[in-house]
Amino acid sequence: MKTYNQINEKISSGKAVVLTASEMKEYIEAHGVRKAAKDVDVVTTATFGPMCSSGCFLNFGHSKPKMRITACRLDGVPAYSGIAAVDCYLGATQLRDRDPANSNFPGKFDFGGGYVMEKLVRGEEIELTAYSYGTQDYPLRDLKTKFTIHDLNQAIMVNPRNCYQNYNVATNCSDKRLYTYMGQLEPKMGNLTYCSAGELSPLLNDPLYETIGVGSVVWLAGARGHVFSEGTQHCPTCERTDNDVPAEGAGTLALTADMKKMRPEFVRGCSFVGYGVSLALGIGIPIPVLNERIAKHLGVRDKDIRAQVIDYSTDYPLRTGNVLGTVTYEQLKSEVIEFKGKKITVSSMSSRYKALEICQLLKDDILKGDFLLSQPLAPLPKEQGMKQLTIRK
Amino acid sequence: MIVTHKYFLKFPKCETETPIVYHLVKDYDLEVNIFRAKVTSEGEGYLVLDLKGKEVKIAEALKYVASFGVSIDTIDKGVIRDDSLCTHCGNCLSHCKPKALHLADPVTRRIAFDEKLCIACGRCIDNCPMKACSSLLE
Repeated sequence: MKTYNQINEKISSGKAVVLTASEMKEYIEAHGVRKAAKDVDVVTTATFGPMCSSGCFLNFGHSKPKMRITACRLDGVPAYSGIAAVDCYLGATQLRDRDPANSNFPGKFDFGGGYVMEKLVRGEEIELTAYSYGTQDYPLRDLKTKFTIHDLNQAIMVNPRNCYQNYNVATNCSDKRLYTYMGQLEPKMGNLTYCSAGELSPLLNDPLYETIGVGSVVWLAGARGHVFSEGTQHCPTCERTDNDVPAEGAGTLALTADMKKMRPEFVRGCSFVGYGVSLALGIGIPIPVLNERIAKHLGVRDKDIRAQVIDYSTDYPLRTGNVLGTVTYEQLKSEVIEFKGKKITVSSMSSRYKALEICQLLKDDILKGDFLLSQPLAPLPKEQGMKQLTIRK
Repeated sequence: MIVTHKYFLKFPKCETETPIVYHLVKDYDLEVNIFRAKVTSEGEGYLVLDLKGKEVKIAEALKYVASFGVSIDTIDKGVIRDDSLCTHCGNCLSHCKPKALHLADPVTRRIAFDEKLCIACGRCIDNCPMKACSSLLE
């Protein structure tokens, strides 16, 4: 048994044993769970992929004369201004005004909130246009200017839902191509797409939320950030297989960090033809190896993690609840999978390459003594279902 | 000697009603495999194709095609992939039938692009969420 304090003291004095998630799995396979629990202090987990429920609060500072901004646009993308005078919230999936969207299907969606967020982190100039109804204390009614992230008082990323613990696998049983947030799905189960870092993913390495809780420190696109709440749609009550691994969506995290400290290669605007825009984010979470149970969970392998295959032509949009079957991430990573007697090629929306890079970057930060762990202030809910919206007449 | 070469034929605004591809097959005894074709409303267009046949016949055919003011490019630049934009997610893998976009390393799942295998179908261009693939022809 180790405590957070003991681990942090070891990190500060440069004596902590830190392994990436992949290294830990190999260590456990070579030496067993008991020895791994004793020898290893911290394991770094990570994920990189599109996470639509992301956005940021920006504070522009006051103009002269002052303005109580009623509505604003950042490079043409509306940001929510129904808060204080010069604060706004920009969402990742927001489109520009008059974006043709899907009016000429499938729409291209070449710009939106996620792209503005990437430009911010890159330090690029962004055009701000704002309108106000004008008040006696805030007389300015129209404004057009340019700014970079360095001109802002704050740029705080606040994401209501990131790091889905597991995710479904998309396919298309109809006879025409589908354009979805899981990519383009070819007719007659022409392909399968998945979106999870699998065995590297933070919540798959801590399936019962024993170390990741409200207040846990995270590496959010290179900045030190925190879990500020359970994520929206956090649904820990679900089917679980051996080693407590969820077989469906399950847990989620709400994350925040200072965008001024982020690295642009981990904050990437992205676009799905026929669907819309989003933001691809890189997230790393360190897991303290407090005891053998936590170590055992860290041994999870792609072959142990199952995901549900869903038909996006009918079952997904109509919410039938029907599942075509399940597959493991090991199968998904083999490129061609045998499913329902058919050989199907597989695409991923989540980057293992980037997740491995983040595991290593976070490990390096911890080894340098710059990145201490924090004990959660409160645990994430462990029993909780998910409600659906009933359309009432 | 029978050879196969890939060509990019760019057509200027042209009024000809001549069925050029038909003549490539009939008069020059070539196998024509068209990967991609486009004609704009202004009457300009391009063809990306493989010509298979006797080397001397291909040379004669190209002379014939050029007589219509068509520019002929042999550089394999149907698709350009910018590695600095790629996040190596692997979304392209199931869309690239000739496997020009492929896993360079199954462990890290790094994606690489083998230009020689590309048939310039353009499926990667509208599938890549990061716009890492683009085309000079668009």
